[in-house]
Amino acid sequence: MTTVLLIAAGAAVGAPLRYLADKALRSRSGFPLGTLAANVTGSFLLGFLLGLPVSPTLAAVLGTGFCGALTTYSTFSWETLTLARSDRPHRALVYALASIVAGLTAALLGRLLAHMGA
Amino acid sequence: MVLAVISLGGVLGALARYGLTQAWPHHAGGFPWAVWTINVSGCFLIGLLYVWLGRYRPRQRLLRPFLGTGVLGGYTTFSTAMTDVLTAPTVTGVLYLLTTLAGALLAVWAATLLAERVPR
Repeated sequence: MTTVLLIAAGAAVGAPLRYLADKALRSRSGFPLGTLAANVTGSFLLGFLLGLPVSPTLAAVLGTGFCGALTTYSTFSWETLTLARSDRPHRALVYALASIVAGLTAALLGRLLAHMGA
Repeated sequence: MVLAVISLGGVLGALARYGLTQAWPHHAGGFPWAVWTINVSGCFLIGLLYVWLGRYRPRQRLLRPFLGTGVLGGYTTFSTAMTDVLTAPTVTGVLYLLTTLAGALLAVWAATLLAERVPR
């Protein structure tokens, strides 16, 4: 039960933060920089958390709850499809590749940083 | 108001994700099937949802943020999809990365085609 409440608390903050990032960073051309920023930041933070010896409490709040809700695969896919159907479809490839490469790099950096500190 | 419904939706989505990963755990070094299925099914659902909302509920201002940004955003996860790649053995990790991406994009595309085909 406690775990459920901890995850809920993290997700309650993570999901609206992603919305705010999208509002603040979405460019006039429609390139979804906000989702990209949320996904990369969340991947870094989760990589960092998993690299540390964290308590189950922190893992539930920050990992499953906050990072899980801050980041999204569904919106990422929808935006990639929307770009692919736009008048500049090559941006879909740029967006998808940038998300995956930056997301993986961020997760790796987070984990390396955690190992250096631990 | 928008922030509140997204927050609530995010909580519901995240708990559904947690429930599925608890019900369908993967052993260390195995293929993370639960998260794979969560992400691909979430992409399918967002395709159906956004097409149908645009068609049937264009004036509803809170349904899209609640169900799309909130529930499906909280249900699917990009961060776990990245960190799972790092913790899996190399071949499994690369397979997982590529099939998640391909599955997600195919799912959202197929869902929009399907949703657009349903007669009014």
